[in-house]
Amino acid sequence: MTGASGQRVVVAGASLGGLRAAEGLRAAGFTGEVVVVGDEPHMPYNRPPLSKEALAGDLAFSALEFRRRKSVDDVTWRLGSAVAEASLGTREVILADGSVLPFDGLVVATGLRVRRLTLPAPEAGRYAVRTLEDAVALRADLRPGARVVVIGAGFIGCEVAATAVGLGCEVDVVAPEDVPMQRPLGPEVGAAMQRRHEAHGVRMHLHRLPAVVEARTTGADADPGLVGAVVLDDGTRLPADVVVEALGCVPNTEWLAATGLDIADGVRTDGWMRALDPEGHPRSDVVAVGDVARFPNALFDDVPRRVEHWSIPTDTAKRAAPALVAGLSGADLDPAPFAPMPSFWSDQYGARIQSFGSLGVADTVRVLEGDLDGEFVAGYERGGDLVGVVGVGLMPSLMKLRAEMITALQPR
Amino acid sequence: MKIVVDMDLCADHGQCVYAAPDVFQLDDNGKLVYKTEADESQRDLVEEAADVCPMQAISIED
Repeated sequence: MTGASGQRVVVAGASLGGLRAAEGLRAAGFTGEVVVVGDEPHMPYNRPPLSKEALAGDLAFSALEFRRRKSVDDVTWRLGSAVAEASLGTREVILADGSVLPFDGLVVATGLRVRRLTLPAPEAGRYAVRTLEDAVALRADLRPGARVVVIGAGFIGCEVAATAVGLGCEVDVVAPEDVPMQRPLGPEVGAAMQRRHEAHGVRMHLHRLPAVVEARTTGADADPGLVGAVVLDDGTRLPADVVVEALGCVPNTEWLAATGLDIADGVRTDGWMRALDPEGHPRSDVVAVGDVARFPNALFDDVPRRVEHWSIPTDTAKRAAPALVAGLSGADLDPAPFAPMPSFWSDQYGARIQSFGSLGVADTVRVLEGDLDGEFVAGYERGGDLVGVVGVGLMPSLMKLRAEMITALQPR
Repeated sequence: MKIVVDMDLCADHGQCVYAAPDVFQLDDNGKLVYKTEADESQRDLVEEAADVCPMQAISIED
């Protein structure tokens, strides 16, 4: 017996994590009301193609909506309405339009928002890539011959650069790191990715930051409100028709400021995705899912981390939903440790970078197979144990290593 | 249960293989092969496979 039918769960966030949480609540037997609140006007849709297939024009923007399980047909969707505030004392969520939603259980699935440049800059011609609207607008400006300056060399920046090259644009990438994708991939693999980008004509400006974003002051389309160039901190001036800001993201947790939850970097949770107060005590009525959650993964250690991989909303929602239902009904929690195998991919220039495991906890990287400039598998080790792999091509080897890691890293 | 994969969308990520290995496999060339019919007992796993498909290429027809 789970979830009295008079109970209500509010799911704050209507992207992948919110959808999977709603489905998870039904799968866990919750028969009460489920209300999903989202700030975007769309039903949950798939974001990874926004910097790749959809931006390239190979996949229609209208095809990105997620398939939903029939079990969520009776869920109420409050779209186009952001959450503004929550009170755990009165168990209420307040929306930006002032409406109040009382809840018995709360799922935090508000995700991330993009960081934007803090420099004064013209508005037109500057883009981020997080939402459908972002990608539709950027797509219209990626014309053949357009000069595109991408600020940031993480996955999104590199994917946009590769897509723009494929559309015939001229591309400069500006980033403060030594190599692109340095933080997730490390210096060796990042350097190999830099060589791929440069082989496709991308000019990489590393160890550099933008100092000034100039307006378009000359030519037929001179306009003080339109970007014209990006000047770097060494004085290099990059003419720009389009500026893409790929500066990473910040968690959307301001609305939880008055709750007393630990939101130092996303919502800190225990291994059941239950939100923790600053003393580390879990709430039985609040769970967090997706990339807004900072949770421990027993495959690696007990350190809570936020993980911005596409697989995480689904993995965490499948853990969180039954835990919330257990909290509401007084049932027992699943005694098994939470140990999802992290996984991510990135498509650039027709090659897929595929990873499994946790690269960030490794102390050593070695090439296990192939050549970094072609197809390869790189192993990421901690204390001699394999904790992650990255490969281009060689999928059978990657799948074998993934299976071996799941066995070897299983918490005992 | 009838399973349909939109092969124009499928990009051979292989996530479905981890979720439902009796239904989905990658061949020696890394290309998806799958069963178009699966027993009802496989439903949860196939639903899981459809969930984790990065291209959302898998649909289940009852």
